[in-house]
Parts: sequence; C-alpha cells; structure tokens
Amino acid sequence: MKVGLFVPCYIDQFYPKVAIATLELLEKQGCEVYFPTNQTCCGQPMANSGFAHLTEGCNNLFIDNFKDCDYIVCPSGSCTLHIKDHLHSEKQEASAMQIRQKVYELVEFLTDVLKVETLDAHFPHKVGLHQSCHGQRGLHLAQMSELNAAPFSKPEQLLRGVKGLELITLARKDECCGFGGTFCVFEEAISVKMGKDRVADHTQNGAEYITAGDMSCLMHLEGILKRQGSSVKVVHIAEILNAI
Amino acid sequence: MSHATQDHATLSKQFNKDEARVNWHDETLWFVRQKRDKMAFSLSEWELLRGAASAIKDNVLSNLHDYLVEFEAKAQQNGVHVHWAANGAEHNQIVHSILKNHGVTQMVKSKSMLTEECHLNEYLAKNGVEVIDTDLGERIVQMREEPPSHIVLPAIHLKKEDVGETFHQHLGTEKGNKDPQYLTEAARQHLREKFLTRKLALTGVNFAIAETGEFVVCTNEGNADMGAHLADVHIACMGFEKILPKREHLGVFLRLLARSATGQPITTYSSHFKKPREGQEMHIVIVDNGRSTQLGRADFRNSLKCIRCAACFNTCPVYRRSGGHSYHTAIAGPIGSILAPNLDMARNADLPFASTLCGSCSNVCPVKIDIHDQLYKWRQVLVQEGHAPLSKKLMMRGMTFTLSNPKVYRLGGKIGRWALRNAPFMVNNGLNPWFSQRDMPEAPKESFREWYLKRQKE
Repeated sequence: MKVGLFVPCYIDQFYPKVAIATLELLEKQGCEVYFPTNQTCCGQPMANSGFAHLTEGCNNLFIDNFKDCDYIVCPSGSCTLHIKDHLHSEKQEASAMQIRQKVYELVEFLTDVLKVETLDAHFPHKVGLHQSCHGQRGLHLAQMSELNAAPFSKPEQLLRGVKGLELITLARKDECCGFGGTFCVFEEAISVKMGKDRVADHTQNGAEYITAGDMSCLMHLEGILKRQGSSVKVVHIAEILNAI
Repeated sequence: MSHATQDHATLSKQFNKDEARVNWHDETLWFVRQKRDKMAFSLSEWELLRGAASAIKDNVLSNLHDYLVEFEAKAQQNGVHVHWAANGAEHNQIVHSILKNHGVTQMVKSKSMLTEECHLNEYLAKNGVEVIDTDLGERIVQMREEPPSHIVLPAIHLKKEDVGETFHQHLGTEKGNKDPQYLTEAARQHLREKFLTRKLALTGVNFAIAETGEFVVCTNEGNADMGAHLADVHIACMGFEKILPKREHLGVFLRLLARSATGQPITTYSSHFKKPREGQEMHIVIVDNGRSTQLGRADFRNSLKCIRCAACFNTCPVYRRSGGHSYHTAIAGPIGSILAPNLDMARNADLPFASTLCGSCSNVCPVKIDIHDQLYKWRQVLVQEGHAPLSKKLMMRGMTFTLSNPKVYRLGGKIGRWALRNAPFMVNNGLNPWFSQRDMPEAPKESFREWYLKRQKE
C-alpha cells in the first residue's frame, strides 16, 4: 500500500515535528509512506479568500505529486477537505476526481482504513480536544452538537486508548477557534476574541495541553497562549498518538 | 442606515472594545442556542422534520409562480386586496397610498423584517406618517433610532440598564430604574394607548397558504393581533418566498420555527388571518425586491427557503462576538451575509468574508440551507465581479506565484524562517495583524522536507 504523505505548507515550514510524527505513526502501522518532495500547498488560502480561479497552478502541482499514490494522508482536516471538495483541473480532471476519492485525514485513515482500535502510545497529561471544524463538520470525524444524531468521535476514540492521557470536558465542545484561514488577519478582532474564548474554556477546565487534528487552529491558539504567558501547550494529535 | 461606509471587520473591532459586553452578548445568545438544542432534541423526528421542510421549500421555489397566482386568487375570493411590489420603493409607495386613501397619518406596526429591508419607517417618516413599532424590542430600538440587531430578538444588544435609560428619556420612567417588570409595564401603558387610537396596522407574514389564501403571523407578545384586531385597516407585507402550498404543511414549519428560534415548542401566538372582519379592510403586499434575481442564481436560490428563525445567528461564533450592527444590513448573521450581496454587491461585499466557514449555521438551519457553502461561493462571485480590495488581490497573486512554484515556495519559507529567528522585528511589528494580539510560531531551522531528504540519504 503506497501512502502519499501530504504535508500542509505551514506544517512543512513551521511544525516539521508534526509531519515527522505523522510519518512515523504511519510507518509503525506498516504503511509504505512516500513523501512527494515537490509539493507546496492545497490552494485553500486562495480559494477561501474568493480566488479559487487562481488555484490552477496549485491544483496541477498537487495532482502531479500525488496521482500515483494508493492513498493520500494528511495531518489536517481542513486541507484534506479542501482537496476532497475543490480539487479540479482543466488538464487532468480524471486524476483530480480520483485523488478526491483517496485523500484522507490522518485520524480517519487510522480508524477507517487501517482499522486501528488503539495505538501503543503514552501521554500522561490532561488534554483538551479542540474539534477543528472542517474535520468535524466537513469530514464528519465526530458528531456535531447541532444535529439530533448519535454521538461518535474518531479522534476521541484514539485518544481514549492513549495510556496516561486524561481528556478534559469542555463547556463548548465544538465551537470554532476563529482561525479561519485569512479570516485570522482580515477579521483580526473577532478571530482573536474567538481564540481567547476557546483558550479560556480549555484552561479553566484544567488542560495542560490542547490538541486538535489541525495545526492551523493550534497555531492560532498557541499564539494567544504565548501572548498570555500561559503554561498550557498545544500539541497535534499525531504527536500524542506517536508519543511513547 | 448610519453604518454603510464601514465594513464588518471595522465595526466588529469597535464592538470588541468593551470585552465584558462582548462576553455578555456571546453568553446570552449561546444560552438561546442551548435552549434550541434542548427543544429540538426532545423530538426524535427532528432531522426528518428538517428534511421535510427543506423538500417542501424546494417544491415551493420550483413552482413559485403557480402558488403565488393561486394564493392571490384565493385571497381575493376572501375579500382581501392583493398588491404586487417589484422592489422596496414600490412596496413603500403601496403602503403609503393605502394610508393616504384612508387619510391616516399614524399607524402601528408589528415586527416585520421585510419593512426593515425596504426602509419603510424612514420613507413614511419623510412623508409625514408616524409609525409605532409595537414589538417591545422593536419599540426600544426605534426610540434609540437604531436598526434591530437580530431578526427575532431586535434589542438583544442592549442590557436592561440601557433600556431603563431609553425609557427614562422617551417615556419618563424613573432615572436609574432598570427593573424589567417596571419597564415592561411602562411600555405596556405606552403601547396600549397607541393600539387603541391607531386606525391602521401593518404586520409581517410568516407563512402564506396558497390553497386557502390565508396567512399566519407568529409572535410571542400578541402585538400583531392587538394591532390588527383594533384597526380598521390591516396591511400584511410578505416576501414572495413565504408561500406554503397547503395548510397541512404548517404542521412541519410551526414545529420547527419556534424551536429553532428561541427554544420554545411553539410561538405564543400563531395567528391565522383569512378574511377581513365586517367593516375592516385587509391588504396583502407581495414583494420581490431582488428575490427573483436570487431565484435565478442556481448556487444561491436555496437561501430563499429561509423562515427567519435566526438559529444561524445564535449559533454563529462570529455573530455572537460582533453584534448584529456589524453586518450593516437589515438581516444580519450568516443568512444575512448570503442574502445581502444579492441586493447590493458593492455595499455588502465584506459580509461573506465575516465567517470562518465553520459550518455550524448550515447544520442548525431548520430548512437545511447550505449557508456556509454559499458563503464560500459568494466569495468567488464577489472577487470575480471586482469587489476585492487591491491589497488583497496583490497578496493573493503573490501567494499564488509562491505556492505554484515549489522552488520559490521553498526559498520563501527559508527566508521567512530565517527572518523570524534572526530579525523578528521584520515580522513582529505593527504591520502584521497576526502579531498585534498573538505571538508568531517559533521558526524551526529546517523544514520537514529538508529533514526528510536528510533522512533519505542516511
């Protein structure tokens, strides 16, 4: 099984340890992981800003890099959702459509494709799980609080199997953190206020770490935590699941 | 409207200057969202109801012409005068002409967001007509000369202290008295006199039934009924999408509306109006005002399913923290952000960007409007139509160039990380909106790709 590792641009540049954890985690599960070295970005920053018409270059690059993989796995629900919903190419539409079918967010790849029940991981801390919206409401990694439907959570299922980890309960279990891509700078006041409120929910409920499936949410929350001088840290779910 | 020149981001920033008040606003509306959850989840068939409502509205939107003609014929048979208004101006003129025919210069109005959309109050005031809004929240904002900040809870941005002060100024209540019961009683006495003396009442319409020519008005205060029953002339104004094919469909919508709006099983009053009582005159004004344009936009026609419950307002993490006035349009919140660009793209080009696309709105919506997907699609339309600021266009072109060229991306990343480590002042300064309230991430020496290539060599 050839698994293509799709690393979001900001993880490649700012959080390489998240990509390393993802790679190691997949290799431990026996996957043959391949990292196409010419990849850049899924194009979401442009598309969500209304400039989807400028993403042709990114789209073709993505297709060139990943079309030969059996699966494509990404440690981000948001980037995965963007590819799933919006990858498109004038030149290679068939490949684009195939890729949309075989791209997976890391957690759902573990639980749904590899059928992982528990991982041999150890993380003796109090952890708050931030439900990143695109993973949750877009990819249905967990049930959302808006619907009258049976609860489930793929990330929680894996976190509950981690030795020593204590999941804290939040007052608002699936409210957006306010990152929102370029929203974080164009609507700075609301973005920060939303982030502060999320941080407060986690810290007031005793979190030592805030985790999520999306490092972009965590980068935003980390920026606020650091500015506040807080001792609470952020950690991507891949790092927890890969922790021994 | 006083906010026309400032965009959502600017108005939100102003609203956020008083953080305690933002917290209060957020908590108040979150409480309403929680009430909605409790009420909605008490029905095991909730998701089925949403599906049914959405499907009924699909049928309505696909057969609107026939239903409207049927409704008009039935209403006329019932003795109701039916008027058609292509836009807000026509709507206002029609209402004014009815007033003139009766020689009336004073009227009462019960909550109608359509008349806010058409700016009826301003128009009538200019023409020498005094309009008294009789919904308590609407009356409060009317006294303050503000637009409603929420379509169901018009004065939700105000605290009881604010209301006490407004009533002190306008109704002569004791200064500093903020006791809700005292203030409500003052409003009651004030409004009672208006109800008894006004000869003409205008109401909104929640649902109009094609098969019978009836319409239903939902309120909690009973003010629509009080106005309509005491007046000689009743005018009901409706957007043309308010049609339901049959009376039996009301069962689906009435169960959804109040549960979604305020977490009540049903509104206190769900009043059915069919024909004028003896000696009374009844008018219905059916308004287009951009709706047929929206109906013709394949990606956005779904927005016309809206039943104005405001569940998307209450759940929206942005709305709760920016307040309704930051949307500078009659209908705020996520639904307003997909309706307003249809009416005026240039003026409302900022609104589809006032969202993180978290998707909560689409999933609370009782008629399943794909609100967050439409926000995304409006962004594309607005940019293509030339409504993006130049700075954003340049930024996007720069990003596109960088991200479409792997070598440029890698070099840019290297320089950026180097700068963050060695010359942080280049990044951490007043020109960087990220940095004003957040720290930048720590920049590692090597990217993942660099680490990976090293590992491959080993």
